[in-house]
Amino acid sequence: MTIQFNEETFRDDYSFHNSDWAIKRFPFPFHEDSYMYAVNMEQHRGGPEGSVYEKRFDVDEHYVSEMRDRAMVLADDPLRCQSLPHMTLAGWDLLELIMVSKSEDYPDLFELHRNGNQWRWVNKPLGIDDTFTFLDETTLPYGPMEYITRQAQGDFCVLDQRDDMLWMDAGMVTTQADWSLDFDIGMNFFEWHAPVPLAHEMGIFKRALKFLLNIQQGAPARRLNWTMTVNPLLDTSPENYHKWGIQKTTLTPENIGAKQHLRVELQTFFRLPRSNALVFPIRCYLCSFQDLMTMPKWGRRLHRVVRDLPEELATYKGFIDNRPMMLDYLSQFDDGLPTSRGVWPDLDTEPALKKSS
Amino acid sequence: MSAAPQKAKAGAEKIDVTVSAVVPLNELVTRFEFKAKDGRDLPTFSAGAHTVVQMNDQGRTRLNPYSIMSDPADTSHYAISVRRDDEGRGGSLFMHRNVKVGDEMTITFPVNLFSLDLRARKQVFIAGGIGITPFMAMIAQMERLGGQWELHYSVRTEALGTYVQELSYKHPGKVHVYYDDQSQAIALEDLLDGQPLGTNVYVCGPKGMIDWVHATASAAGWPDANVHSEEFTKPQPGKPFQVRLCKSDKVIDVGEHESLLEAIERSGVEAPFLCRGGACGQCETDVVSFDGDFIHRDHWLDDDQHANGSKIMPCVSRFVGKSLELDR
Ligand code: HEM
Ligand code: FES
Repeated sequence: MTIQFNEETFRDDYSFHNSDWAIKRFPFPFHEDSYMYAVNMEQHRGGPEGSVYEKRFDVDEHYVSEMRDRAMVLADDPLRCQSLPHMTLAGWDLLELIMVSKSEDYPDLFELHRNGNQWRWVNKPLGIDDTFTFLDETTLPYGPMEYITRQAQGDFCVLDQRDDMLWMDAGMVTTQADWSLDFDIGMNFFEWHAPVPLAHEMGIFKRALKFLLNIQQGAPARRLNWTMTVNPLLDTSPENYHKWGIQKTTLTPENIGAKQHLRVELQTFFRLPRSNALVFPIRCYLCSFQDLMTMPKWGRRLHRVVRDLPEELATYKGFIDNRPMMLDYLSQFDDGLPTSRGVWPDLDTEPALKKSS
Repeated sequence: MSAAPQKAKAGAEKIDVTVSAVVPLNELVTRFEFKAKDGRDLPTFSAGAHTVVQMNDQGRTRLNPYSIMSDPADTSHYAISVRRDDEGRGGSLFMHRNVKVGDEMTITFPVNLFSLDLRARKQVFIAGGIGITPFMAMIAQMERLGGQWELHYSVRTEALGTYVQELSYKHPGKVHVYYDDQSQAIALEDLLDGQPLGTNVYVCGPKGMIDWVHATASAAGWPDANVHSEEFTKPQPGKPFQVRLCKSDKVIDVGEHESLLEAIERSGVEAPFLCRGGACGQCETDVVSFDGDFIHRDHWLDDDQHANGSKIMPCVSRFVGKSLELDR
């Protein structure tokens, strides 16, 4: 299908919105009525048709607006995109991976024509038609990683692999859940994960790292992560906390359904062939509470998950203060009926909400 | 578990290939070249990567890892070089005796456990015998990147100096060859002493050579992180033994010429693996109980784990004794 791209903003008037199609395919992250950290990795080789898991790099109705938002963030703060000198080859790897994947997966939107090292890249939604020499930086307007990630939704961390460790040596990070590339650049896997509660003690990072070091070419993996965001803001960075942090205090029982968003990250892992680096795309999906509540199963489950989430996690994810108000709102959508297993909304089989009189 | 779970496949992704060339190089070594069966380019790889070649040897599957030695920039084919090992379990003999141009085979996607540190100011390659193969690809990559490198290559005799002529001709001044039969040896201490700060050393060859390079570099104050090695521990033949797989509730026999991992697979139990060489950690298996001795041959588990018998890497390690039960 061809995608109708939304005209929308992720700042100021927040005109961001999800179509019915986008709500239905939203990557709801809870497969049961409770949540705890786990080494939740699986293979990234497709998924149900139309789902966000189907393609290597999902493109949806927010594509054009998200790329516009990224350009604005970069204009204000160029340090959101950094690449240490030894990471240029990995940047080319990433450029190739994205161009090949998108042109194969969305032939109506993207085209790649290769003649040896002479490449022509056509990006119809963004109106780009560039010819360049692969592996020759002087033929592109930006470095290879910056060039291609200005045209791809989600953040990108490019990790060098050395000494059985991953190092955050390059990245494009403008849609992050309160962490900073400029702070984390050059850090290793354990260092940049240091602020995360509980998971270290559970041995999750040790096992996750072993898995990541073993990710092989042609066998990408994925996992989901989630948090909460007030207003559909992509750029919730520490650098701009003074701007968005206070917005958390603007929630009221009247506006919470529209303003409070569940923020889900579809994180994927690909081995890059020339550099042997690992790329970690973090794709952010936002959905307002009121849109989520259109799926009865998700309404029931979200209430239970938020209610029972350990305090450490609610604090780390930054919604401990608003949790009571969220629960007041969400409890209206939980009639106590059991929920089916798995993440899918199961609209046809799950009962509608039983109205309490 | 997360969103749309799929059953994990064991091992790296596979590629169907056709043997496009078989080139005997000397008495012991033959080069094999593969092209994709579907005529497309093979996956891009980085220098230092290996592929696992699957051989169908009279109904028995053999899986041997070989470094890809062709130029990473040319993915129209992969080349490997195989040294005939008359004492081994037969994988190399099978390649030498049975594999012909036009044969269809299956290999895995490239896996790199021996990659270049691209931050290095200079790369020094030290090869012994057939250990030259990963460096063939590394040299091609360094030449393309315009990086500094040199090779020190030790061979038994001139006649057995695989690729010596080609290398010396193409890269005079960078390639240094040492002949055992002329009592030439790499002057390792001097060699290490003369290197600029930020040099990385890579060694591939017999185990003794690898240990020697690590020990000498370490004594000379080199950081471990700047000295890289790859040693494929080939699964060694050994006495047959019996294992109980608890989860699958099966008792299997591991034959003299097969690895524990191969025996598990043969019994229809899916087991994870990647390198099949004791290096990647993928096949790590918990031991439920044992009465006997392990022959640990991996580079993955630490000394404590080796000593207490809590885990085994079935791709390379074996067991002798009364009984062994695994959590598989
Ligand atoms: C190499 C790829 C990865 C990168 C670059 C990465 C990066 C990050 C960053 C920057 C944070 C935020 C830390 C902060 O508060 O400053 C984070 C959080 C976290 N990461 Fe990772 N990560 C990676 C892989 C993984 C994997 C494989 C797991 C598997 C379990 C994982 C689990 C987590 C968890 C549980 C959190 C806390 C998230 C939350 O509760 O919202 N990460 N990661
Ligand atoms: S398969 Fe790699 S260690 Fe066993």
